[in-house]
Amino acid sequence: MILILAKILVPFLIIFNIIPVLIWLERKGSAYIQDRRGPNRASLFGVIRLGGMIHSLADVIKLLMKEDIMPARVNKFFYVLAPFTAMTVACMTFAVIPFAAPMVWEGVNFSFQAADLNAGILYILAISSLGVFGIMLAGWSSNNKYTLLGGLRSSAQMISYEIVMSLAIISVLMMGGSLELSKVVEDQSVNLLHWNFVRQPVACLLFTVAMFAETNRLPFDLPEGESEIVAGYHLEYSSMKFALFFMAEYANMIIASAVISSLFFGGWQIPFASTDFLRAHAGEVLKILLVVLAIGHLCAGLGLVKRGRKNIKAKKWGDRGDYEALILGMGALGGAFLLAGISAYIWPLIFTAKASLIITAVLQVGCFLTKVLFFCWVFIWVRWTLPRFRYDQLMKLGWKYMMPVSIINIFATGAVMLVK
Amino acid sequence: MESILFYIFGGLTVATALGVVFFRNPISSAASLVLSFFGIAALYAMLNAHFLAVIQVLVYAGAIMVLFIFVIMLLNLQADELHEKPFPKIYLLLTGLVLLAFLFAFAQLFQSAQWIFPPISESFGSIKAVGRLLFTEYLVPFEYSSILLLVAVIAGVVLAKKEL
Repeated sequence: MILILAKILVPFLIIFNIIPVLIWLERKGSAYIQDRRGPNRASLFGVIRLGGMIHSLADVIKLLMKEDIMPARVNKFFYVLAPFTAMTVACMTFAVIPFAAPMVWEGVNFSFQAADLNAGILYILAISSLGVFGIMLAGWSSNNKYTLLGGLRSSAQMISYEIVMSLAIISVLMMGGSLELSKVVEDQSVNLLHWNFVRQPVACLLFTVAMFAETNRLPFDLPEGESEIVAGYHLEYSSMKFALFFMAEYANMIIASAVISSLFFGGWQIPFASTDFLRAHAGEVLKILLVVLAIGHLCAGLGLVKRGRKNIKAKKWGDRGDYEALILGMGALGGAFLLAGISAYIWPLIFTAKASLIITAVLQVGCFLTKVLFFCWVFIWVRWTLPRFRYDQLMKLGWKYMMPVSIINIFATGAVMLVK
Repeated sequence: MESILFYIFGGLTVATALGVVFFRNPISSAASLVLSFFGIAALYAMLNAHFLAVIQVLVYAGAIMVLFIFVIMLLNLQADELHEKPFPKIYLLLTGLVLLAFLFAFAQLFQSAQWIFPPISESFGSIKAVGRLLFTEYLVPFEYSSILLLVAVIAGVVLAKKEL
């Protein structure tokens, strides 16, 4: 029972912890793409700025403290329900994502997956098709022309791109031969050439583009479309209700990245290091990892200390912010010594079978989350690189180009499989 | 545990199905229909028919109801535009009688029939089992229904775009 609750809770915690990081990444990334500095003012005690990451904290406080306005002529029930729907549906998909290889712990099978459904991929499609309800209800219940237009746009867009999404997945399923996500990941194996983005490049591209449309991110963010319909479906929302929509967008992005990396980029598979190999050599792998981390900390620490001393000497900001680089650098140096110490001691202590199981699982979860973060970055990268599509262009792309291509892709896959 | 869940989801299904009929606001009706589909999906899942449950959510709640709500929103009916049409009382009486007849028929059926079902196999409700049935035993109805859908699609296009 506790195990089930933990399995339900942990994905939520992961999502809620990645969201502030993504918001930071969005702001800082867009700043560097547009040749600006980005947020760097908010600080803790006037010292710690973490390159603008404190702004996310300030954001949360701002959103919680703002007045929660209920416009006069809204449909109250659906107006309140809509943001919750958006957020809940966004988080539900994580139930079927496998985070690491299943293991046997004291004779009990333990899978790093809340539910290994027989129809895992269909479940993802089903839940993502529900994602539109939050947006539609918000658009309708706000009793505003612009929100209604935003809701209509989003429902039309999501229905159109769901078709492409499902058709793109079909060709992947034909290769893997199973709808269970754990099997699809298992089937891709450690060999990079067996990952689905090599075996199914067209499907990978189509699915990724469809996912951009599903998450309402630029270049397909027509439901928001500031230049045409002010802010789209969440125009009338304020305070935490707006924040829920904002968070739902990022949660959708995380889910989309998790699904893309599970279906096409090997999920938790670490390239060239199979689960058995990792379990057999957990001690060596951990030691190498710790040494690498220690060297990384050392380099970062030395660089930061040098820069901190320069900042203090030059009085760069002229306030206590000058000391930040020095403090962080000292912290990194301390971390380097700590990691080096641990890695020196770890050799004789390791390894019972259980410890190697845990190390393998941690490494695989880390690998999976790295992939997820990378695809989140791709979402941000594309957003600040491409302009928005026009609505007719969006529909044309979905129905006239992507759908035929995905159908052809299915037939081509079938033909190749028959020949083999 | 299972019977408690059954009553929860069964109650949800029935209550929201009644809501579909009794709500004045078309969006409220549609939203409770979505919830009703969810209740049915949960009941399917409890019967080990996971595939059917997922398809129920995917097709009905995710696709058809989204289109319903889309159309309702597009028309954007206000409550005062929906005035009631006068409904002849004789129809009400007829409907009631027909329903009563059905109720009696069902009651007879439930009393007379012997409810012994063969034990289900391990793979019951899995995608493989459903797919195998669909492509062997029920192939003809399956193909017919796909032709029906194709006809509907073409008819829709012809009706919408008269001059193509």
